[in-house]
Amino acid sequence: MAQMNLLHAINNALEIAMTENERAVCFGEDVGHFGGVFRATSGLQEKFGKLRCFNTPLVEQGVIGFANGLAAQGSVPIAEIQFADYIFPAFDQIVNESAKFRYRSGNEFDVGNLTIRTPYGGGIAGGLYHSQSPEAYFAHTPGLKVVVPRNPYQAKGLLLASIRDKNPVIFFEPKRLYRASVGEVPTEDYQLPLGKAEVVTPGSDITLLAWGAQMEIIEKAAEMAATDGISCEIIDLRTILPWDIETVVNSVTKTGRLVVSQEAPLTAGFASEIAATIQKECFLHLESPIARICGMDTPYPLSLEKEYVADHLKVYEAIKHSINY
Amino acid sequence: MNTDVYKESPVVHQPAFIDGHSVEIPILKVLQQDGNVYDGAELPEIDQELATKIYKTLAFHRVLDERMVASQRQGRLSFYMTALGEEAASVGGAAGLKPQDMIMAQYREQGALMYRGFSLENFMNQMFSNEKDLGKGRQMPIHYGSRELNYMTISSPLATQIPQATGYAYGQKLQGLDAVTICYFGEGAASEGDFHAGLNMAAVHRAPVIFFCRNNGYAISTPADEQYAGNGIASRGVGYGIKTIRIDGNDILAVLKATQDARTYALAENKPVLIEAMSYRLGAHSTSDDPSGYRTREEEAKWQAHDPILRMKNWMLANKWWDEEQETTLFDKLREEILAAVKVAEIIDKPPVEDLITDVYDEPPTLLKAQLEELKVHIKKYPEAYPFTAGRIK
Repeated sequence: MAQMNLLHAINNALEIAMTENERAVCFGEDVGHFGGVFRATSGLQEKFGKLRCFNTPLVEQGVIGFANGLAAQGSVPIAEIQFADYIFPAFDQIVNESAKFRYRSGNEFDVGNLTIRTPYGGGIAGGLYHSQSPEAYFAHTPGLKVVVPRNPYQAKGLLLASIRDKNPVIFFEPKRLYRASVGEVPTEDYQLPLGKAEVVTPGSDITLLAWGAQMEIIEKAAEMAATDGISCEIIDLRTILPWDIETVVNSVTKTGRLVVSQEAPLTAGFASEIAATIQKECFLHLESPIARICGMDTPYPLSLEKEYVADHLKVYEAIKHSINY
Repeated sequence: MNTDVYKESPVVHQPAFIDGHSVEIPILKVLQQDGNVYDGAELPEIDQELATKIYKTLAFHRVLDERMVASQRQGRLSFYMTALGEEAASVGGAAGLKPQDMIMAQYREQGALMYRGFSLENFMNQMFSNEKDLGKGRQMPIHYGSRELNYMTISSPLATQIPQATGYAYGQKLQGLDAVTICYFGEGAASEGDFHAGLNMAAVHRAPVIFFCRNNGYAISTPADEQYAGNGIASRGVGYGIKTIRIDGNDILAVLKATQDARTYALAENKPVLIEAMSYRLGAHSTSDDPSGYRTREEEAKWQAHDPILRMKNWMLANKWWDEEQETTLFDKLREEILAAVKVAEIIDKPPVEDLITDVYDEPPTLLKAQLEELKVHIKKYPEAYPFTAGRIK
């Protein structure tokens, strides 16, 4: 065990993956000698050489197109997109190519070795283009896996699982927590399962569901609710696609109430998918409407960020409203 | 930081704007239309055996295109695309490579797959999207692929294969393989951002990839002069620092020579090469297109005279490697075989309904399995609406 922040945990996972498999390759804008603008790939070029850890030209569609080709060839590409806000130039390569490679070829070819790492989320005064949470765009794409860790322990375990998974994975890293989240992380190799949610705190009155950096928001809201005598069951979804319906259904069947919270805008966010599914599966168990506490349906603002975000107070109000319904 | 540009550039003191056409790009021609080789022309490595294989592949391509367009017109096939008039680009390109080299194509390069030995049955099964199709009937006709033959499965989005080819070749280099990647695309696709991405990354990261542009004058109805204003596609290769050559794409010997030399260079130097093959799309863009709406019969007739297959035949006849009797026998046999193969492939069953959900992931997720089970229940309730699968649900 060692104390690591989220960036250290990611860097540690990358080093393990590149050591165990000589075909693993890390690349993206500024990831080479400099080690990435957040330093997630720090030291990898020195250790594994310029052929396996390198800077690419500044072209996101090229980074992912290149990664698709490498993966199809049998290498293990771990591509970085500098900010999730800049993944959209590569949207075509991800949605039309990565996601459909195996299906369209009848399994003659695949890019299952591909992992795309990208910092996401707000709370850092990043304005429109350093704050977005684009997971829902990708959740609508069969063939992809979408994973979001909430702390250093998860980041390492889920990233190693993503790299080894035989499907293309987009790994969203909560950049607000890169240095803020510190915890005990095993130095040895381990991995956490994809497609499995985690019941972080058991409870009986209401289920709170989120992922990534939003987890600490709902945990804070749950603490406030606890002083009112409300017992919250807190679940971290961890994998957006394919998501763990069973764990959420079991929880809501027990509590009868659900609040889902996400950073991204409300309309057609992934919370909508969860709400629709749980409404179908748990209709007879629900005691109140499912609440979605999300970002507003606007671009991500700079000066009014505090007002815009789905903070713990908004979640707390939603919990009380649900309980008193 | 690379400051060479400051040291190497001549200095001027009045503004001197460079004309985009000021760089002259020669065009390699080896074989004349009458079958004679140009004086002083350097021949590719070729003997009678290779020449015969290439010629038979070209003939197969020509006859398959004729028969499949006819099949589409008869309503037996949903869609088809010929490579009429530019068969030499794909067949000659493949012939200049080794079997272990990866071919990543756009969609008008089925000739390369024919050269690699993809069977007539496999072509048919893909086009009729039956249960014997390697691609499990999921993609439109002509979206072929074969792991065994190192021919990457085609996808419709244009130019996406270009940066992928760079990555594929980079992986070949990392493994130290005796293998390169060839990447085909049309001059229209070269306007996509992925063209820029793929070529620049190949040059910077030194990937052994051969970019092979088929400049056939049209992207559907858009003539090349509405596609770009520079000196074709070749002039761009120079800008990326890529060794570049322009060739007569209807000249099989020029195609073969350029590809053979490009392969040698790409492998020895771990660097990309750009080949721009000038040709003409004699056929319609696809069976969904009618070129009479945007070009003249005179223009087409002019290019009929540059037929690459006839040009090679003339050369074969002049070498006494081929005769008219062989010609007649070959074409008659091909027509019969292809017609017979259509009749077999079109009555083979569609894929089973289970193939809807396999290969989305390596293993179907729980939710997807549940969707399939729901679908099966629905099909059993309305079997007459789903005649291909209703009777076969397990």
